[in-house]
This record gives sequence, structure tokens and C-alpha cells, in this order.
Amino acid sequence: MSTTVTGRRSPNSSKNNLHGWAFSAPFLIFFLMFLVWPIIHGLYMSFTGQTLTGANNGFVGFANYGEAFGDPDMWRSLGNTIYFTVISTIPLVLIALVMAGLVNMNLPAQWLWRFSFFVPFLLASTVVSQFFLWMYNPQLGLINDALSTFGIAPVPWLNDPNVAMWSIVIATVWWTVGFNFLLYLAAMQNIPQQHYEAASLDGAGGWRQFFSITLPQLGPTTVLIVILQVLASLKVFDQIYQITAGGPGGSTRSLVQYVFETGFTGYRLGYSAAISFIFFALILLVSVSQIFFNRNRSA
Amino acid sequence: MATAVLDHSSTGDLGSERPQNRRKISTGKVLATVVTAVLAVIWLIPFAWAAVTALKSETEAAAAPITWLPASGFTLDAFTEVLSAGNLPTWTWNSLFTSACITVITLVISALCAYALSRIDFKGRKLLMGVIVGSIIIPPPVLIIPLFYQMLALNLIDTYWAIILPQVLHPAMVYVLKKFFDQIPRELEEAAVMDGAGRVRVFLQIVLPLSKPIMSAVAIFVFINAWNNFLWPFIATNETSLLTLPVGLQTIESAFGIQYAQNMASALLAALPLIIVFLFFQRQIIRGVATTGLAGT
Repeated sequence: MSTTVTGRRSPNSSKNNLHGWAFSAPFLIFFLMFLVWPIIHGLYMSFTGQTLTGANNGFVGFANYGEAFGDPDMWRSLGNTIYFTVISTIPLVLIALVMAGLVNMNLPAQWLWRFSFFVPFLLASTVVSQFFLWMYNPQLGLINDALSTFGIAPVPWLNDPNVAMWSIVIATVWWTVGFNFLLYLAAMQNIPQQHYEAASLDGAGGWRQFFSITLPQLGPTTVLIVILQVLASLKVFDQIYQITAGGPGGSTRSLVQYVFETGFTGYRLGYSAAISFIFFALILLVSVSQIFFNRNRSA
Repeated sequence: MATAVLDHSSTGDLGSERPQNRRKISTGKVLATVVTAVLAVIWLIPFAWAAVTALKSETEAAAAPITWLPASGFTLDAFTEVLSAGNLPTWTWNSLFTSACITVITLVISALCAYALSRIDFKGRKLLMGVIVGSIIIPPPVLIIPLFYQMLALNLIDTYWAIILPQVLHPAMVYVLKKFFDQIPRELEEAAVMDGAGRVRVFLQIVLPLSKPIMSAVAIFVFINAWNNFLWPFIATNETSLLTLPVGLQTIESAFGIQYAQNMASALLAALPLIIVFLFFQRQIIRGVATTGLAGT
């Protein structure tokens, strides 16, 4: 499109400006109204005593942040969130890898395995929570019943502060591991077949091929999956709220739940906004460290 | 890698011949199939147990030594009860309607913006691109407090608008679409421009038809997200007749906590639409999720 023009501005440029912004405008309007503005307003609110009942104590400076950093419930929720993130990410990545490795072996009835592992991901959190509340039921629960046939004593899945978070993790793994499984499977299917052909000509068996070809090739995918999973796990709210409501005794309450509760149960929007920005800072920290990590890897 | 292979042949089956090798692989395959099948059964048990419970009478469902086969046989009572008395059909409609609106609006505004970012050399393009990509990092929970306040101020709480409007923003999908448009050869469009076609016509008649795979992938991603979203609709609506399926289900649980068969029947009915769609479009959905899934980073 070289309409090489004599003037400083090509006749196209003002037209292009108009077209460019016109095409972007619909998205941009929504973007400004429902993303940019709420972020700015939320940040502002975090410096005020805004409440849900309409009362506004005006600008309070860093008081909300000061209070949050001295709030044991905030620290506990933050700790729970990090704990959940660590103990959920590990099985969510490892089990996904095993599943993808198995399905990728050209097994018969591939679609059936893919279906079984992925289908829970299509459920709403409430459906998952209903299923697991029922299976964790102290008297009528399927899981304790199954354990008892092996002579294992009933586990207080939801009533023991030391167990409850693990119960949430089990439900979460069942629910979302299929997503990581799909990402791994797609990555495995992108590994050039020649690698395997060469290896099998050299007499390398399935296991050897998995460890010497598949795993190394999956390195970048694994980094990506781990980061996505950490970011997703840090946002945990739905299943905790629905299964344990944060209990027993606050042992499973997550940071997002604490934001929700201070805002909508405690009516303190300003304080709630401050905690949500502490949460944002945590997400930002993970995202930025990932960028650094990737840069160092490629350097 | 070469050393690894050598290691293998020297330690393992030294001097083994090909047929033997092949047989070894196939026993490995049998073992893998068994392990996979066991895993699959574990993954399907929650569905099976929910179905068995939903097909029992309430008394049978709450009977102490639990059984997979109820003495008095299976019944559809829980399903008919839930479908006739409850709000399930209304909630299903609400979910379908809002998710469809969200998907259509998201596709239209994101594709137009992505096209501009990919093809039109306008002032501020790089900045806009940077802002949109940067905003991918913003976690939705940070927005709930100010968004709720905003909806309250706009008097939109307890309307479809409140559910729909904040959910049409998927900056990551703009990025995904832009990347796809970048790969479409420009020559096709230039020829059309020579013939006097305007931007809009080029976009509609040349770019869009070539973008069906990515558009359907984005649509699938957005629809599943909207259909299953809990936190925002939970905050944006209170009125029973306006709840979406996931939120409505949560209220059932607190209202009739004891009715296990009906709870499971409701949960299964809520899960059914997407599962049926998945059965028919497994290939497309899996491809869609795999292509859009990594866009978050």
C-alpha cells in the first residue's frame, strides 16, 4: 500500500486514525466503563471509609491498609490462600501430566478417557460442591463408606480444621485437572513424531521415550501450566464458600472470601477494597516474577 | 539422548530382538489402559453416585447403610419434583440468555478491536495494545466491590444487564484474535481494497470467514465461563427469578438441605446442557479450550 505521497502526512493517516479508533470504540467503551473505571474507583475506595449502608467517613488515607496489615483474619486468609495454592497446584500439575501421558500412548477408546478426565471442568462450581458435600457427608457419605470396607476409620472431611482444606483440594483436583490435562495433551501431540521414531529405531522403550523425549519437550508448557495454575488457585473462592463456607473456624477461608465478607457481610466497602488490592499485589507479584523467570530462561 | 539410548540397550534387554521389543511395548500398553481405566472410573464415580442418589426416593437416599441399588427400586420422583416445583427451568433460561448475550457481545467488540490492532495503522495503536494486554493481569475478584457499587449507582442490580455487562470484557481474547488476524495474508484484503471495498466490508467478507476456527474457539471459552460463573452473578442478583443456574443451585442447597435426592437431581440437571453439548462437539470444544487456554499469560 505504498501510495508514496509528497506531503508529510499520507492522506491515509487521518483516515486510518478514524478507522482504528472507530473499530476499537465498542470494546474501548466497555473496557473503560467496566474495567478501567472500577479499578480506579476501587483504588480510591480503599482510601475511604465507604460502607454499603451509604455512610462515608471520607478520605482516611492509609488507615484501611494499616488495619489490614494488623488484622489477624486477613493474615490467616492470606495464609490459607497460599497453603491452598501450594497443595492444589502440585497434584493439579502432576496428575494432569500422568493423565496426558497415558492418553497419549495411543490407547484404545481415546475419546472415552478424554471425556472422563475433562468433563468435570464443564461443571459449575455449585454442581461440584453439591457432589462433594454429598460424598463427604459424615453419616451417608460415599467416601467414608468406601474407606470403611478397607477398614479405615471415617475421616471428618469437613469438620476437622486440619482436614478440611485437603477436602477442598480433592474436590478442586477432580473439578479442574482436566484443563491442565488438555493443555499437556495438546503439547504432547505437538512433539514431532520423528523424535519418537528415531528413538524407537535405537531401541528405546515407552518409558525411556517418555523421560528422554516427552518430558524435556514439555518444559516450557510445564512452566506455563504451573504459572496459570498458581494464578488460578490464588483466586479460589467458589468451592470453599459453597462446601465449608470458610470453616471450620476460618481454617479454609480464602483471601477472596475475606474480601467478599468484609464487603457484603460486614458492609465495609472501603476496607474490603483495600484487602482486594493487597490480593491484587499478590497476583501482580506472581505475574511479574514469572516474566522475570521467562526472561532469564530465554537469556 | 544418544547416551541414554545406549544405556538402555546395555543395561536392559541386551541382544533382544525386535518382535520381543514390540511385545514388551504392547504389555505396557495393556497396563497403561488398565491404569487409565481405573483413573477414569474414579473420575466418573461422583456422576454415578449423584445419578444413583437422584434416582432414589428421599427416604431411600437418606437411609443409613448406603447402597448403590435401592431395595424399593429406582424412581424419577426427584427429577419430576424438581422440574415441576422448583425454579430450575427459569434459572436455565436465565443462564442460557445471559451467557448467549455475553458471548455475542464479547465476540463482536473483541473481533472489531482485534482487527483494528492487527490491520489499521492508527495513532495510539501500540499504547492501546499495551493497555489491553496489561489488563489481562487484573484478577476479576478485585473488581467485585467497585463493580457492585457501580451497578448500585446505575440502578442495575437485579437486572440481566448487571449480569451481562461486566462479563463481556476478555482482554486475553482480543489478544488471541489479534494474533490470529496477524497470520491472515494481507494480499487478500489488498485485492479487495483495490476493488473499492471499505474496511467494514473487508472485515465482514474476507477476514471473518477466514476466522471461523478462532471465533468458535473464543465463543466456546467465553460461553463456558459465563455459563459457570458464580461470584459475579451471585453478587449482582438477589431476586429468585433472575438467578443463573449456578447461583440458583446454591440457594436450593440452603433452602432444602435435607432433600438429598432432589439436590442431586437439580445438580445433574444443571450439569446436563453443557455435558450434552460436549458429547456432540467434543473435538471442537477440546480444540477451543486448548487454543484459548494458554492466552492468560
